[in-house]
Amino acid sequence: MKFQKIISALFLTVAFSMLTHAQLQLNGAGATFPYVIYSKWFDEYKKETGVQFNYQSIGSGGGIKQVIEGTVDFGASDGPMTDQQLADAQKKQGTTILHIPTVMGADVVCYNVSGISKGLNLDGETLSNIFLGKIIKWNDGRIKKLNPKINLPNKSIVVAHRSDGSGTTFIFTDYLTKVSKEWETKVGKGTSVNWPVGLGGKGNEGVAGLVKQMDGAIGYVELAYAVQNKIHYAAMKNKSGNFVEAEFASVSAAAEGASKNMPEDLRVSITDADGKDAYPISGFTWLLVYQNMKNEAKANALVKFLKWSMKKGQTYASGLYYAPLPKAVVKMCEKKIDLITANGKKIK
Amino acid sequence: MQANTKQTEHKRNIFLKKIFGSQNFGDLIFERLTLLFAVFVFLLVILMGYEMYIGSKISIEKFGWSFLTNSVWDPVQEIYGALPIIYGTVVSSFLALILSVPLSIGIAIFLSELSPGWLEKPLSFLVELLAGIPSVVYGLWGIFVLVPWIRNDVEPFLSERLGFLPFFRGAPYGFGMLAAVLILSIMVLPIVASISRDILKSVPQSQREAALALGATRWQSTKIVLKDARSGIFGATMLGLGRAVGETMAVTMVIGNRALISPSLFDPAYTMASVIANEFSEATSDMYLSALIQLALVLFVITIFINAFAKLLVWSMERKLGTR
Repeated sequence: MKFQKIISALFLTVAFSMLTHAQLQLNGAGATFPYVIYSKWFDEYKKETGVQFNYQSIGSGGGIKQVIEGTVDFGASDGPMTDQQLADAQKKQGTTILHIPTVMGADVVCYNVSGISKGLNLDGETLSNIFLGKIIKWNDGRIKKLNPKINLPNKSIVVAHRSDGSGTTFIFTDYLTKVSKEWETKVGKGTSVNWPVGLGGKGNEGVAGLVKQMDGAIGYVELAYAVQNKIHYAAMKNKSGNFVEAEFASVSAAAEGASKNMPEDLRVSITDADGKDAYPISGFTWLLVYQNMKNEAKANALVKFLKWSMKKGQTYASGLYYAPLPKAVVKMCEKKIDLITANGKKIK
Repeated sequence: MQANTKQTEHKRNIFLKKIFGSQNFGDLIFERLTLLFAVFVFLLVILMGYEMYIGSKISIEKFGWSFLTNSVWDPVQEIYGALPIIYGTVVSSFLALILSVPLSIGIAIFLSELSPGWLEKPLSFLVELLAGIPSVVYGLWGIFVLVPWIRNDVEPFLSERLGFLPFFRGAPYGFGMLAAVLILSIMVLPIVASISRDILKSVPQSQREAALALGATRWQSTKIVLKDARSGIFGATMLGLGRAVGETMAVTMVIGNRALISPSLFDPAYTMASVIANEFSEATSDMYLSALIQLALVLFVITIFINAFAKLLVWSMERKLGTR
């Protein structure tokens, strides 16, 4: 009896897998940061519609490359494509690439100073000076001024940063570039930069490990990682002069602030955004899709999925530690999604 | 001359007939097939080198030799100089060898010359087991055990006692060149030790017996054995160096990942393999990718030289001792 059951179960799984193989499959590749929510989305969406997604989280750089080469149906990136890359894609694939923001993330500044468990305040200028190696002690006057109530020790600051290329670093350096002229000229922004000081750790866990181990350390990790691992982080002074802690609401507020003068192609950085509750080190992550797709069935499926991701998909975000898109941005995205065509024909 | 070769060929044919009853065609196929496999490996190496050369062409054209001499690695400005990275690889590997080779040779001598039989087997097994541990496990152990120990005990001790030397100055982070050197030496140790043991064992027993018969002490006979085995041991060391140069995961987890040339062992550094592993997935621009591939090419060339050198030495040693 038991044996029979096992056999029939086996048969069922084989039959099922054959069935799903016959289904439409969309291939994508790119950013690792949104991988958790994307796999949730693909999973849920497959349950609802049977459309299968195959997503490889090989990194934003790889995603952009594959989109340009046309080896995937869609890509994903934490940083927008450059004009040069867009031109390359246009030339090779004969179609425009659309940037569709999906969710948002943020970087938090974590620290480990014995005696200070919580409530450190920082602003962009001070943060950039720390990462430039110009502020080297915790009791420096510039940090003291922002934290009059905290008794800061006379301790050396150890800077920790990511050693691997990552979207997290891109958002962080993008912010520092905006708030500090000196950072802009000396270092600049990118997924990897030439850090003036500090130690490199691999991945969020690497940086968190460095910070956790060394008294006096400061570093940056993804908000989701910090929340999941209960790491304390600093409140940042935003453009309106308020100290804001990173949380989903304040990250969404940053997008809200930025949405007022959003560029037409949605390639926008929302670091140091306007809005009194906006957390300044926030960023979008994008799906990269071809405006004109060659395979009609795939185009239909992708458009339906994108629309789903803007409605039902957003409800999964905060449970997985991503900030959902504000309504204004969702509207803009939906307009963009409507532009997608299959061989020049509109998709209903 | 020609007659001579004909004669040997004739002899061979007779010989083959004796074995197979007739000249075996299958034998020929077998020979050619294995030759093909051997050539295939050779081609693979050439192809890899060629692919990397093509992949790194734009970077080679732009930077030329300055890639090897410039010390700025800046992906934002697209300036790539690999000197500190090459320096980090070479220095960490050589220092690791300096630490681990004497220890390895000691282990090898004990195992091949002095150890009682019942102890030799389990000890050899343990040494080889060390070689089988995945490097990421070494890395984790490095982060959680080795680095805190270095930061709290080793570095303060060194800077207090030997702080007058430039090698032991600076802030004790724990992460840095010293941690990388220590972890590499642990990883190199089993390779050098087990190959050296095999080489010592391959020295004919008669050498030892002769020495002992002439009234030599244990140490004197061991010295003679070591003298016979020295080029082979050197080859083993080179293989260990090859491992150290190419090690990625464990090193990147403890070295601090900063392209920096500093005399102090306390400072962070970077190695070629680590840079490639860290930055490859997010390298978006063509030049960036090309520079990383060029770095791989440099590493490839260095590794080939080390391995070829080692193989030559082992080979020459075996030839000297005659075929066995």
